[in-house]
Amino acid sequence: MAQNLIVMTNSFRKSRRDFLKVSAAVGGGFALQLTVPAPVFAQAAAKAKGPELTAWIVISPDDSVLIRIARSEMGQGSSTGLAMLVAEELECDWKKVRTEFVSTGEQLRRNRVWGSMATGGSQSIRSSQEYLRRAGATAREMLVAAAAKRWNLPEAECLAENGTITHLPSRRRLRYGEVAQAAAKIELPKDVPLKDPRVWRLAGKPVPRLDIPDKVTGKPLFGIDVQLPGMVYAAIAQCPVFRGKLSAVANERIMGMRGLIKVVRLDDAVAVVADNWWRANRILKALPIEWDAGANGDATTESIRAFMRTGLDDTRAPVARNDGNVEAAFDSAAKLVEAEYYAPFLNHAALEPMNCTALVKGDRVEVWAPTQNAEATHATAAATAGVPQENVNVHLTYLGGGFGRRGFQDYARQAVAIAKAVEGRPVKLLWSREEDMQHDYYRPMTLMRFKAGLDSAGNPVALHVRDSSHSIMAGVRPQEIKEGVDRHALGGIVDMPYSVPNLRIEFAMRNSHVPVGFMRTVFHSQNPFMRESFVDEMAHAAGKDPYEFRRALLQAKPKDLAVLDAAARASGWGSPLPAGVHRGIAVQDSHGSYAAAVFEVSVSEGRELDIRRVVVAVDPGYVVNPDSAEAQIQSCVAFGLTSVLWGEITLREGRVEQSNFHDYRIMRIAEMPKRIEAVLVPSGGFWGGMGETPLAPLAPALCNAIFAATGKRIRSLPLKNQGLRLV
Amino acid sequence: MIELTVNGKPHSVDVEPEMPLLWVLRDVLDVKGPKFGCGIAQCGACTVHLNGEPVRSCSVPVSAAAGQKVLTIEGLSQRGQLHPVQRAWIDHEVPQCGYCQSGQIMAAVALLAKNRDPSDKDIDAAMTNICRCGTYARIRSAIHTAAKSIKSTKA
Repeated sequence: MAQNLIVMTNSFRKSRRDFLKVSAAVGGGFALQLTVPAPVFAQAAAKAKGPELTAWIVISPDDSVLIRIARSEMGQGSSTGLAMLVAEELECDWKKVRTEFVSTGEQLRRNRVWGSMATGGSQSIRSSQEYLRRAGATAREMLVAAAAKRWNLPEAECLAENGTITHLPSRRRLRYGEVAQAAAKIELPKDVPLKDPRVWRLAGKPVPRLDIPDKVTGKPLFGIDVQLPGMVYAAIAQCPVFRGKLSAVANERIMGMRGLIKVVRLDDAVAVVADNWWRANRILKALPIEWDAGANGDATTESIRAFMRTGLDDTRAPVARNDGNVEAAFDSAAKLVEAEYYAPFLNHAALEPMNCTALVKGDRVEVWAPTQNAEATHATAAATAGVPQENVNVHLTYLGGGFGRRGFQDYARQAVAIAKAVEGRPVKLLWSREEDMQHDYYRPMTLMRFKAGLDSAGNPVALHVRDSSHSIMAGVRPQEIKEGVDRHALGGIVDMPYSVPNLRIEFAMRNSHVPVGFMRTVFHSQNPFMRESFVDEMAHAAGKDPYEFRRALLQAKPKDLAVLDAAARASGWGSPLPAGVHRGIAVQDSHGSYAAAVFEVSVSEGRELDIRRVVVAVDPGYVVNPDSAEAQIQSCVAFGLTSVLWGEITLREGRVEQSNFHDYRIMRIAEMPKRIEAVLVPSGGFWGGMGETPLAPLAPALCNAIFAATGKRIRSLPLKNQGLRLV
Repeated sequence: MIELTVNGKPHSVDVEPEMPLLWVLRDVLDVKGPKFGCGIAQCGACTVHLNGEPVRSCSVPVSAAAGQKVLTIEGLSQRGQLHPVQRAWIDHEVPQCGYCQSGQIMAAVALLAKNRDPSDKDIDAAMTNICRCGTYARIRSAIHTAAKSIKSTKA
């Protein structure tokens, strides 16, 4: 069975290489200048060869401010947060701000002036905040300089505030729109200081999101909504067994079906192009297709899991960390604790199925995509069409959810390949939900074995962790795997915050034929479940309170400790609870931020689980928009609990068994805990992520509460397979 | 030809009678508010009103809408005024990615048309649409707010 499970060398690598190529081709660095007047996106492109015009900010004579957004908006709210950071320094009137996504064609022509467009790893705010704030501050100084020049008065006597420049002694005023044109010609001031976040006036406040009005009126914002003149529609069937190929299609069986335009054969898929999507999909379903399953047609969940268990026993597994001497410490320990944990494959299940619209015309390619990495989409389009990068443009749309799935470019590659086959006509490729469910880059299946030694006082003296996991890096950045160790896969384990004198961590990479990828919180969605559950096991074996047990081990990690304390305090840890209600706690840092959670649950008859209260404390350093931050905590609770309660992708005959939401259950409103308390404890001095970290401590805090209630330790997810049902 | 009225406008479409209403709306009439999420009436992203009743348009053949009135999110505003449910959605900052929200709002409007003061249990029973971003807490609050605002304007 193991011979069926070969290391993935999927075609995604191709686009990754291409992306690296485009990155190298266009170089790093960025410039900042002010473009006036607006709306001049096309003009700016034409002028890009001349004196550089601005990247981020356009101010019109009517004072409206256009702020450009280079990161994808998939619900996390960063398109508002990023604009807030610019506006905070710009001192413009927030009511006059609107935003616009940049296109990759412009980005390429303007030497990557907008920095990275990749949207993942909770990076949007934290990795662009510095240059965005500087863009705002620099533009503000230019506006002040232009006003002072017009008045022929010293700049130092002028104040920029709320979209106007005031000469303080004379109270003379000019609006931004009145001086923007002149400001654009002023030489860029260097090293303009940034505000201390403590004096922020806009950022740090619960500002309404800019995208919400359009999202409650049904505006066509998403990739799936793209409509172009002469557009045709494509539905696709991909080989149900990963790494398999298309063998044959019996086109004659569908000839004459209404709406049919073309059948397009791809290496591992077949697409039907028709005059609307329903017809395309209907014809596709009528089309007899033969697949070559390749070497993996027998794989099952059980065979993959058995293959991965070999990683737990592999005597040659590489060592990722080795502090002290665990074996010696085990020999002298008063008590040993051992356990094995399992987390299944998961599907991202963004509600907008994968889609992409492309037009190939001669040697030019235009793409409209809900992508988390527009530059990778650009590179993929160029490579697929076989045209130079300069001939491609990607328009970024809003994303109907992303969660990591839309950083992968398989759907873009397909769309461009199909567009090439119907050259001259724009084609919108849309996957059915079934294709989406069965062709993901899944959250990796992971197994972990823990062994701990406690001394006679119950203090942990040794901890041995063996991780047997799929590696995402093996597919996307294999160079990051050093001597067999993928530290990315060991997130939360190799860098655990606890002080244990003897600590040994080993990594056994086990890649099946199932493609794996980044899914919200990535390895911190399963590793903390395992680690924090096992820490609870240690605390229980030591006869100690799980909160106090953690506190003692976190004395060298003040931020983890502080967020743990914040969650404990907010939940009233240790205070009496109603009969039958029990608490669980967990802590985990990830994506540059710190989070801890406390769950209160009751479990009746050993199986009816009632989640009565969820407290999540997060320290992301700075909070740009507390309302969006609270929304991300709520979102993580729904997303995280969906996975813990029901999430499981299984395989049979090499293919995914689940196909749609009837057998891949997503939380609904009735199941959402009624009492969720978001506790924001920003301590300042660093910039962390907000979209993923709150999820990390949820699974273990819940499972630890279930243990407190039932005495049953959950070591394998989802809970539906452990005889537990949500009520 | 199949005749139907969408947001007060009569249309005549030349399509197969079994073509789902969703795809007639989206691909034939260019009404993009209703969204495709699952195709099997599970997620509710495609929710529209058929003669005032919420339906999952991905699973309603257009023939069933022949001669009937279809209301989508695009037709919800009256004389340029947002529906109280839409206003509540803005007040509570409900949407995240926003993809499911057309369907959520149409389901909430239908609920409030029948039940002017829904309890949390009523909301649980009526609102079965999936939101993958997990905006449920805010959906619940927004429905309560909309209920109050509808009551106060009708009182």
